[in-house]
Amino acid sequence: MKAAVVIFPGSNCDRDVIHALEAVSCIPTQAVWHKETSLPQDTGLVVLPGGFSYGDYLRCGAMAARSPIVPAVREHASRGGLVLGICNGFQVLTETGLLPGALLANISLEFICSNCLLKVERTDTPFTSAFKKGQIVQFPIAHHEGLFFLPENELEELEANGQVVFRYASADGSAGQQYSPNGALNGIAGIVNKGGNVLGLMPHPERASERILGSSDGLGIWNSIKEWLEGRSK
Amino acid sequence: MDHRKAGLLDSEYEIICRELGREPNEAELRIFGVMWSEHCSYKSSKPLLGLFPKEGPAVLKGVGENAGVVDAGDGWGLAFKVESHNHPSAVEPYQGAATGVGGIIRDILAMGARPMASLDGLFFGNPDSRKTIFLSNGIVKGVGGYGNCVGVPTVGGKTFYDARYEDNPLLNAFCMGLVNAESIVSSQTAEPGNLVVLLGSKTGRDGIGGAAFASVELGEDTKASRPQVQIGDPFVEKLLIEACLEALENSLVTSMQDMGAAGITSSASEIAAKSGVGMILDLDKVPLREADMSAWEIALSESQERMLLIVLPEKLELVLSLGEKWDLDCAVIGKTVEGDRFILEKGGSVAVDLPASLIGGGCPEIRWPAITPANLANRQTFELENEILPSDLAESLLKLIGSPSLREKTWITRQYDSMVQVNTIQGPGAPLSLVRIKENGNIAAITMEALPWACQLDPFRGGYETMARSLRPLWVAGARHLGMTNCLNFPSPENPEQFWEFSEAVKGLAECCVDLGCPVVSGNVSLYNESAGLSILPTPLVCSVGLISSGESPLLPGNWKEGDILYLVGMDNAAIPASHFQVTCMGMLKGLPVPPSPEMERDFKERAILTAGKNVADSAIPILGGGLGIALCKEAISSGLGAEIQLGTPTLPAVSLFGEGGARALYAVPSVKAFEFLRIWKGFPVRQVGNVRGESLRLPRSTPLPIETLLKAWRGV
Repeated sequence: MKAAVVIFPGSNCDRDVIHALEAVSCIPTQAVWHKETSLPQDTGLVVLPGGFSYGDYLRCGAMAARSPIVPAVREHASRGGLVLGICNGFQVLTETGLLPGALLANISLEFICSNCLLKVERTDTPFTSAFKKGQIVQFPIAHHEGLFFLPENELEELEANGQVVFRYASADGSAGQQYSPNGALNGIAGIVNKGGNVLGLMPHPERASERILGSSDGLGIWNSIKEWLEGRSK
Repeated sequence: MDHRKAGLLDSEYEIICRELGREPNEAELRIFGVMWSEHCSYKSSKPLLGLFPKEGPAVLKGVGENAGVVDAGDGWGLAFKVESHNHPSAVEPYQGAATGVGGIIRDILAMGARPMASLDGLFFGNPDSRKTIFLSNGIVKGVGGYGNCVGVPTVGGKTFYDARYEDNPLLNAFCMGLVNAESIVSSQTAEPGNLVVLLGSKTGRDGIGGAAFASVELGEDTKASRPQVQIGDPFVEKLLIEACLEALENSLVTSMQDMGAAGITSSASEIAAKSGVGMILDLDKVPLREADMSAWEIALSESQERMLLIVLPEKLELVLSLGEKWDLDCAVIGKTVEGDRFILEKGGSVAVDLPASLIGGGCPEIRWPAITPANLANRQTFELENEILPSDLAESLLKLIGSPSLREKTWITRQYDSMVQVNTIQGPGAPLSLVRIKENGNIAAITMEALPWACQLDPFRGGYETMARSLRPLWVAGARHLGMTNCLNFPSPENPEQFWEFSEAVKGLAECCVDLGCPVVSGNVSLYNESAGLSILPTPLVCSVGLISSGESPLLPGNWKEGDILYLVGMDNAAIPASHFQVTCMGMLKGLPVPPSPEMERDFKERAILTAGKNVADSAIPILGGGLGIALCKEAISSGLGAEIQLGTPTLPAVSLFGEGGARALYAVPSVKAFEFLRIWKGFPVRQVGNVRGESLRLPRSTPLPIETLLKAWRGV
């Protein structure tokens, strides 16, 4: 099965994700323009890439969540297909309701581009099977709206369900809100839906997929996905 | 309308009347006022720019296009240019800076290149003044706001503070893009019978006369100039980039031009003049943001995010559908014809009818008188023996590393996306930026350098040293230089002493380029950076680009290993004059910077490149601002290791440690490789200055400085 990367007007990490999937990880990948209404045949993974869809002029991701391609992505997810939203893509996923919560402006009210340490909280998802539980990985962030927010009771439910997959952390393995570069509640950097087939995260694994770029920890994501896709193809 | 009000000299107006055989009408007069302004015509600087060497084996496209292109290997080219947006940033910092970034990106796009890396040069006044805080915050947010959204990483830059930039901050924006060498777009390829298509944003009243505004001193009430500053829309720019690249990929356009200063007029007349065709444009066809715009307003509007495409009639359908795909306005606004007429029609009648070649090429050069400044001798008077130098080296070092221009700039760089496009090997905060080229595995190396203090004391030496200093980090990392671009920021050329400084600085730059074989492939001149009697320092800014071949690893700083031997290569004659030490620790700016030494530079270059290629050093850093002391500090901080330093030089310790200038670098070499390292540098001044050891920097006869202490001083906490 292959990967489909949706390009919204203003997406700017689409080519980066395609590079990480195709050139680095040898996963067959196809770009899909947001005005399409169906996904390519044999799509196992849909990626909503980072960027500034529609300039982020309304709420981040709100316009893209109403693009013609979105119903097809929704249906793909409901059938158990994988959906990965990175940065702006995560914002789009929360706007579509495929993932709970909202991404608010960073607590500093400034754009932050920086390397971050993350703790892998779950390894039983199709996106993280190649990691070790509790592993500390380094992915960069680059966003202005990355403060993950949920009302308290829903946040408790999210935690109780074990939906938090990545948490901002320190090198010694402790994780939590005090390590959030952006003020994200409970240090949440990435979450899955209840089914575990839709992942949204603010950090960019595609920017950490080659040693020459400073980290290849992101390969864990692509390798996990590849294994899952190959398992489904058999 | 009076021609003087349009900004034209009497002599210029006479030429226009003579060439036309009549008086120009109002619209035509306004067009000449803008197109013959300093900003568009380079009339004051042209004779000087002729000094720059423009040819070189790596040059694929040189000066004269929107940007220069150099050979990046395997059929790929790097298009790059640096440009100022000083006046707009002084008036409306966020938008001024944002549109500066947007403008230079379109220059690169106009070459057919995909923009892949930006750098920004920032020059601010007193760091603690409310004005500087306001301007610097706005400018930094503007650079980030635009660059982050448009998806071009800001991978480096330069930040410099001096009170003389208080009212005239500088923003110099550099961009580099990658282009298939066979599909470089030229503005010389239009032919009669082509269609002229406007793609991108609608045209409004913003930025009208911006070029003319950039060609005079800033008024005291800068708020009054706000309407002349354009408003940027990075989202539309992103769509425009993708649409234009898709059009080029499918061979849909014959020629292309970005719309910057003087909008439709300059982009269209430039293509017409360079291609040797005439052009008839119907201004009624231009998509407008507001109704009732007059012909000259449409012709000169500097609304952002627009490109002018020259299209064959049979390709029009596809171009229009591309506009539709990317939700961009796309309109045929005219056609090219035989001849040299540049005709603008509105409401069915001719509003402008001029020879295309006269608009962009007719402005006569001005040779301003140059006089050696009366206070030059005084500026250059400095006797080291007569000065009492601060004696505590550790204290001076801490003061220096916490000084405004040398301290950590994370507050700036973390607001920039420096990693998008997944090519950034070395981002902001290093002596150079490194960007890998996925298409062929080579690595592009970029530096940005400016030395206003040295240029103030001796503009020739300052210019020479600026150029050399922009190249040294490339060599130390193992890159061979391909070419340079420059932005010449100066005050009014009408003041003979200031024009002398301008001339000398350009001569210094040019001589260094000739000596070291570095072609100048593009550039920009920004004059009149002064207001209310306060002029900026002479600020020629240089960006040099080099290449490291695939398979070779760059030699980077920040990688000291315990036990490494520290070698300083280069002469011991670094100068206190124009150094950060002199300004920050001695509170003065006087004397003479180091003289040029072309043989040393060439020798240094070959040995530095060899050192990187032979993999004999763990870490290397060129000696830049703040001298050896700051180089040691930065290496210690980024390596997390200390060192024991023995200077043992014939000169004063403060001079060895804090003097600046000349080809010098600090290498950390593992002892097993010392022999091979020394063999490479045999016959060049090289001296062991210490060893990497422990967790403190120990200068001779000084209190040890723990890394933590250095870090705190650097971060200003």
